Amino acid sequence: MTSTDAPAAAGKAHGNEFLYFASRNTKLVIGTVIFVLFLLAAIVGPMLAAYQPMTFDAPPGLPPSADHWFGTTLFGQDVFSQFVHGLRSSFIVGALGGITAAAIGMFVGFFAGYRGGLVDEVLNMLTNVVLVIPTFAVLLVVAAYLSVRGLGTEALFIGLTSWPWAARAIRAQTFSLTSRDFVDMARLNGEGTFRIIFGQIAPNMSSYLVMTFILLFGGAILTAAMLDFIGLGPTDGISLGLMMNYSVMNAALQLGMWWWFVPPGLAITGIVGSLYVMNVGLDEVFNPKLRAL
Amino acid sequence: MLRYLARKLFIYLLTFIVAVTIDWAIPRFMPGNPVDALVSRIAMMPDANAALTSYFMAAFNLDQPLWRQYFNFWSALLHGDLGRSIMLFPTPVTTLISRALPYTLGLLLPSILLSWYVGNMVGALAARRKILDNTVLPLGYLLTATPYMWLGILLAWVLGSVLGWFPLAFGYDQALKAEWTWRFFGSLVFHWVLPFASLFLVALGGWAIGMRNMIIYELESDYANYLQALGAPPRLVRKYAFRNAMLPQITGLALQLGAVVGGALATEIVFSYPGLGWLVLSGIQNQDYFVIQGVFLFIIVGVLLANLIVDIVYVVVDPRTRVGLQGDAA
Repeated sequence: MTSTDAPAAAGKAHGNEFLYFASRNTKLVIGTVIFVLFLLAAIVGPMLAAYQPMTFDAPPGLPPSADHWFGTTLFGQDVFSQFVHGLRSSFIVGALGGITAAAIGMFVGFFAGYRGGLVDEVLNMLTNVVLVIPTFAVLLVVAAYLSVRGLGTEALFIGLTSWPWAARAIRAQTFSLTSRDFVDMARLNGEGTFRIIFGQIAPNMSSYLVMTFILLFGGAILTAAMLDFIGLGPTDGISLGLMMNYSVMNAALQLGMWWWFVPPGLAITGIVGSLYVMNVGLDEVFNPKLRAL
Repeated sequence: MLRYLARKLFIYLLTFIVAVTIDWAIPRFMPGNPVDALVSRIAMMPDANAALTSYFMAAFNLDQPLWRQYFNFWSALLHGDLGRSIMLFPTPVTTLISRALPYTLGLLLPSILLSWYVGNMVGALAARRKILDNTVLPLGYLLTATPYMWLGILLAWVLGSVLGWFPLAFGYDQALKAEWTWRFFGSLVFHWVLPFASLFLVALGGWAIGMRNMIIYELESDYANYLQALGAPPRLVRKYAFRNAMLPQITGLALQLGAVVGGALATEIVFSYPGLGWLVLSGIQNQDYFVIQGVFLFIIVGVLLANLIVDIVYVVVDPRTRVGLQGDAA
């Protein structure tokens, strides 16, 4: 850095530093590009699709062509249209499920870690119980009894069962931050628990929270795909998991209709994989020790 | 050590009670009142009285007070009564489950243990070795991001449908009778390969990544640096790092169980494999709620037992838990 841009850099050094390392981290860049591509497909795709996802208005079982980009299903539905609408569902479930889980995980983690004592004991017990329960089995029973299932309910239930590890991790972080001097200062100032948590502790682990959310987001997409595949997906729409379910249930494997089952799985793998890679990249950007120089 | 196990046991007991309560409460408090629909559906079937007098149906007796219903539910459960299947009336749910269980366990146990072992070995080898690391890491992330059933679908399509090497569906050749002959056994193994492979591969990635990261973390720690400074050969340092890196991987094994079970259910559906997943699917398609609830309880009990075994192994492996230090606490 030359002496002439020093004052400018000092002004917003933090933001610049983050962008500097972020744009030079291949993992983060590759992950973000893949993720954004899928996100764009989910936003723009349904507008481009010439056909409705669930109507049977095309010749059945066509391989990909100029007219039907991803071919058609055994029943004459346009696979491309199903695919982009399914992508949209996946992102919605991932975002809603991730937000729900992150909110609960943060609440439990912050309070258990900051208050300690009895609050910690009770919340920790709760966390451990939900952690041990095979949440997928719980989702199975809940979803089976819901006669009408929407994306929102699916995301909510996934969020309600996937927070424990996040709560645990946040609790541990909060625990170590609570003993720092600046938290003591805030306490001496007479600030309330809520203000200390969100004014002092949370900002100091913001990078950690972002990474936790990314993992919860990816996890929610995977769980939703699995639930949909078992036949407990949304009853009022299409999703990537449902596409795989329909294709397997209707002998797409035996008929060799690869265009029906390859795109949905590839998209899920792509989105979740890009999130994982982004996470590793972010870790390296935030944590100077991990930077490959 | 006893305190450590007692604490764990308490959590598992609590979890079991919570799980049974969920199992009991969901049909009752769900919008749309599924219990009403269920009772009316059973009443339309022949032999309905037999079903209604079973312990389990007694628990559904809606004119009794709630606490009484809850109590009945537990009493039926402790008598081993999970109700009767509706789609295959009057087969008890426990019979259906015990028929399906060997297939699921046959898939789950080898795939969990082998993927854990191989994944740890691969991850330990890859850590801090440039070329290997650059292939193992991306491949590992790709595998963990893959939905279990999609890898199953791909394997079934390529190796089953296109190349024709392996059968696409069922637990054994449907032309054979289920008896203990070599031919039947061969058919069982033949049908087992693909579902096993998809479970094994997806789980493998996560273990390899976890182990690789742990080894790198351990190699940066003080004791590793000290050993190196003393001039210990890299092999020895790695050996110590490996033993320490194992501990979180053992804990991770317990945490991953639920997800792997979910994956196994989905994989079974791909291959029409006659395990619990297939049972759940037909339960869902036929609205056979007792079957779904029964499988739910079986999965819970299985996962809790497996957790307990992992805890005991942990006590054996980590001496800190034995001398009263908490080690990996809670």
